[in-house]
Amino acid sequence: MPILINGNPRSLPDDPRVSLLDFLREELHMPGTKKGCNQGACGACTVLVDGERILSCLGLAVQYEGRDITTIEGLSVDGDLHPLQKAFIEYDGFQCGYCTPGQICSAIGMASEIRRGAPSHVSADLAGDIVITREELQERMSGNLCRCGAHNGIIDAIRETMTAEVQG
Amino acid sequence: MTPFQYHRAATVAQALQLGIGGAPAFLGGGTNLVDLMRETVERPDRLVDVTGLSRAIEVTSEGGLMIGAAATNAALAEHPMVKTAYPMLSRAILAGASAQIRNMATIGGNLLQRTRCAYFYDTEGSRCNKRAPGSGCDAIGGFNRNHAILGASPACVATHPSDMCVALAALNANIHLEGVGGMRVLPFIDFHRLPGDRPEADTMLERGELITAIELPSLTLASQSTYRKVRDRSSYAFALVSVAAALEIDDGRIVDVRIAFGGVAHKPWRALVAETYLRDGPASLEAFQKAADAELAAAEPLSENGFKVDLVVRTLVAVLADLAGVQA
Repeated sequence: MPILINGNPRSLPDDPRVSLLDFLREELHMPGTKKGCNQGACGACTVLVDGERILSCLGLAVQYEGRDITTIEGLSVDGDLHPLQKAFIEYDGFQCGYCTPGQICSAIGMASEIRRGAPSHVSADLAGDIVITREELQERMSGNLCRCGAHNGIIDAIRETMTAEVQG
Repeated sequence: MTPFQYHRAATVAQALQLGIGGAPAFLGGGTNLVDLMRETVERPDRLVDVTGLSRAIEVTSEGGLMIGAAATNAALAEHPMVKTAYPMLSRAILAGASAQIRNMATIGGNLLQRTRCAYFYDTEGSRCNKRAPGSGCDAIGGFNRNHAILGASPACVATHPSDMCVALAALNANIHLEGVGGMRVLPFIDFHRLPGDRPEADTMLERGELITAIELPSLTLASQSTYRKVRDRSSYAFALVSVAAALEIDDGRIVDVRIAFGGVAHKPWRALVAETYLRDGPASLEAFQKAADAELAAAEPLSENGFKVDLVVRTLVAVLADLAGVQA
């Protein structure tokens, strides 16, 4: 069974040592997903697997046989940017841009977690409704580091887009 | 990474069969194992992917919860019954790693994650008895701010990194294991080991044995429980110290109590001395303080981690005060 990358079936690598991240970047020549720390500490390599955010550097490509992977390259539709991509531009959610694909994929995964009522470390009531405060977004996005210091713009962009999406 | 074969197990029996001989490793989410393999700390000759085995989370006939070992950390943390009947477990999981990692990591894998001691990871330049038995320990006398204050040995001062396991120790979950020789059930606090003179063995797991499920007992007081983690930054960092606690009070007296610490020992540290001190006594700040002091009487801090003794005492007192509704 192949692996789906942004809807396209691809053959898995022969060598099981190839990480999902290296498979995307080196074998499929899709450099949108970034390699930061390569040890699960920065979030730059975040992609969506069946809609859930994961770190592609800590997964072997073979583990994801038959799964549906979405990367930053798969977000725009007919050249029209995803609303979150537009918001990152609007709110200065980046400077160098290296963490940006991971931030955006992560935020999309986060939105579905909020929609299904998953609590976070800072949720006062584990079982209650989630109030999308700035603190909630910061905690939920803490797995994505930005060394340029664009975090405030990132949270602004996400808050603007996701508040509408989660409620809509 | 050293070369290895990759197999996906469809059944427990198949996983066990694939785990016979050579140097196999069972693979969950891979969030720790893949990293350790990349650093050549771990060098299995084959990976047996067990994420296709049971991930069901089901209520038991005794009113507890049976959790398939392939369930993800995220799925367990947001399970409706875990959120209400075992809040310390939800909170412990949510305090660990990041959302991406919690989506990947399995319950079985969480139990088997290795220490984040920097000397354990440093294959090129450091001695480590856990990685290379008999080579020595560079953490003793080295950078040991994050290391153990309880139950360590001259061979190893590493700490267990899991948050989830601290809650499972306090709840005294049962661990269901299966090997080619059959099934067995271990109480959680007997699963992880203290280092002694064999720090390479983190757990009591036998060769080729697989964790199939974690069983939470039905425990009334667990609904009044929480988890507090103290770390260098407010998110996405390992614990300096952490406390999982549950408290049941009737008319100002403690009917039952469960306490476990993280970040202080080679295993999640069940604070049985403090529990015994508190049970059937008053729910007062003075009692909380004395119980914490009694538990930490055995502490043996290293050159750089003496602060952990006070920190865990103060964290425990604060957590118990919160649960009891008394002013700390």
